Amino acid sequence: MRLESTSALRPNYDIKRRGRRVLPGFGLSMGYTLTYISLLVLIPLAALVLVSARLSAHEFWQILTDARTLAAFRLSIGGATLAAVINTVFGLITAWVLVRYEFPGRKLIDGLVDLPFALPTAVAGIALSAVYANNGWVGQYLAPLGIQAVYSRTGVVLAMILVSLPFVVRTVQPVLEDLEPELEEAAASLGAGRLTIVRHVILPALLPAICTGFALSFAKSVGEYGSIIFVSSNMPGRTEIVPMLIMGKLEEYNYHAAAAIGVGMLVISFVMLLILNLLQAWTRRSAAL
Amino acid sequence: MSGATTGRLTQAGRPAVITTRDPRWVQCTLIAITLLFLLVFLVLPIAVVWYEALKGGAAPFVDAITERDARHAILLTVLVAAISVPLNALFGLMAAWAITKFRFPGKQLLITLIDLPFSVSPVIAGMIFVLLFGAQGFLGSWLRDHDIQIIFALPGIVLATMFVTLPFVARELIPLMQAQGRDEEEAAVLLGARGWQVFRAVTLPNIRWGLIYGLILCNARAMGEFGAVSVVSGHIRGETNTMPLHVEVLYGEYRFQAAFAVSALLLMMAVATLVGKSIVEWRAGREQAASLEGSHG
Repeated sequence: MRLESTSALRPNYDIKRRGRRVLPGFGLSMGYTLTYISLLVLIPLAALVLVSARLSAHEFWQILTDARTLAAFRLSIGGATLAAVINTVFGLITAWVLVRYEFPGRKLIDGLVDLPFALPTAVAGIALSAVYANNGWVGQYLAPLGIQAVYSRTGVVLAMILVSLPFVVRTVQPVLEDLEPELEEAAASLGAGRLTIVRHVILPALLPAICTGFALSFAKSVGEYGSIIFVSSNMPGRTEIVPMLIMGKLEEYNYHAAAAIGVGMLVISFVMLLILNLLQAWTRRSAAL
Repeated sequence: MSGATTGRLTQAGRPAVITTRDPRWVQCTLIAITLLFLLVFLVLPIAVVWYEALKGGAAPFVDAITERDARHAILLTVLVAAISVPLNALFGLMAAWAITKFRFPGKQLLITLIDLPFSVSPVIAGMIFVLLFGAQGFLGSWLRDHDIQIIFALPGIVLATMFVTLPFVARELIPLMQAQGRDEEEAAVLLGARGWQVFRAVTLPNIRWGLIYGLILCNARAMGEFGAVSVVSGHIRGETNTMPLHVEVLYGEYRFQAAFAVSALLLMMAVATLVGKSIVEWRAGREQAASLEGSHG
C-alpha cells in the first residue's frame, strides 16, 4: 500500500504508458480486426435476429414451442449431453493413460486422438454409417441384440461422440502433466489409499479442465450437422436434430421459422460461451493457487 | 525447470513413490478401455473408409476420383481453401497484434467474439448468409438488379467457409504472442526499426510455428466443412459441390464405392494434417528446448 504512494513506481508507470505508443500499428490492426469481424460475424448474425424480429412475439413463441421444434431441441440437447458425458468418462481415462502409463504405441494413439479435429464431418458420418449399419462390421453384432445403431437416436449420439471426442482429452491432458507428483506423494505418505488420492487430490485439481472439456464437447455436438445426416433417419419428432429442422425450413423457403429456431440455437451458443469464459476464469484461479 | 528435475530424481530414488503408482491390473484395464474406445470410434471408421473405397479394386477408385464432377469438386475445394485460409491468416495476425501488443477496454469481449464461430452451429453459419444475400434476403433484390450472385455460387461458399474457420489462426497466435510479451518489439523500435521491419524481423520468427500450426488446422476445416457450405451451395453438380458435398451426393445416389473413394481422399487430407501438425509440434518443441539451453548455458 505504501509503496504505491512513493515516487519509486512512477517511472515504471511512465514506461508502461509510453509502451502503448512505442509499438506501431494499433490503428491499422484494430481497425482491420473490427471491420473484418463486423462484416463476417456481427452483421450476418444481426440479420438473423432482424429476420426473426419481424415475427410477432406470439408467432415466435409458437414456432419455438411447436411439438416438432421441441422434439428437435430435446434430441439435440439430450444427445449432446449424453455424448459429452460419455466423452468425459472415456476422455478422462484416455488422458490418464496417455500421461501416466508407458506402453507401445502410446505416441501414435496420442496423435490419433486429434483425428476428429481434422476429419471432415461428412467422412465421419459416412464411415460410422458403414461400421454400424445392420450389415456393418459392428452393426451386424448389435442388430441381433435389438440395437439399431444407425438411422436412430443411437446413431445421432454415436456421431456426436466421434466429432467431439478430442476435447476432454486435450483439456485434461496438460493439467494432468503439470500436476505436482509431490501432492500425491504427500498424501500417500500420510497413509491415503490410491482411491482416496484420486478422489481427493487428483480429481479436484482436474475439475476445471474436465468441466471445460465437457462444455466444449457439448457445444460442438449440439450444433453438429454434417456427420449426423448420414446416421440419422431424419424423422420429424423422432430422429430430427435442430440443425436438420432449420435446413428443412430453409428448403421450404420458410425463412422466418428458420431464423426463429436459429435464434434459439444462438442463445444456446451464447450461454455456452459465457460458461466457457467463467470456466476459464476458474481455471486461472485454481492454477494460481 | 530445476524444480521439476529434482522432483523426478527423488521420484526415482525413493521407494515410497511406488504407492502413488497404479497397480498393474488397473493399468492394463484402463489401457484396454482406452484402446477399445478409440478402436470403436476412430480406427474402425478409418479402416472402413479404405476398405469400402478399394473393395472393387483400384480401377473404380481411380475412376471415382477422376470423373468430371469429382475433379471439379476437388478444384473447388482447393480454390475455396486457397481464398479463405490466407484471408483468415491475415485476420489472425492483425487481431493477435492488436490484442497482445496494446491495452484497450473490451479486450476480453473481442477475444470472445473471435471465438464465437466455434460455438455457432455450421448450419446457422450458412443460414445467416442466405438471409443476407439470398433471393429473399436483405440485399437479395439489390444483388439481382446488379446481376451479382453470392448464394448458390462461389462467393457464398467462401463466405460461409471464412465464417467457420475465422478463429483458427487468431486462437493459435493470441496466447503465443501474449506469452512472448512486447519487450523484443519495443527494443526493436527503440533501436530504430520501422513498423513492418519490427513485424518481419522480430515478431514473425517468434510466432512462425504457431502461425503454421494455425494454418494447417484452418485449412483442414476449410476443406472439410460441410454444414455451412451445404446451406449456401445449392448442390449444383459440377458447379457448387465441394468434396464433402460430393460425398453426400454420391451417397444419396447409392454410388457407395465412389462416395467412399472421395471420402478416402478427404481422409488422406486429414491424416496429412495430423502428420503436419506433429512435425510442427516437434520442431517448435526442439527450437524451444534449444533456446532454453542457449539462454542457460
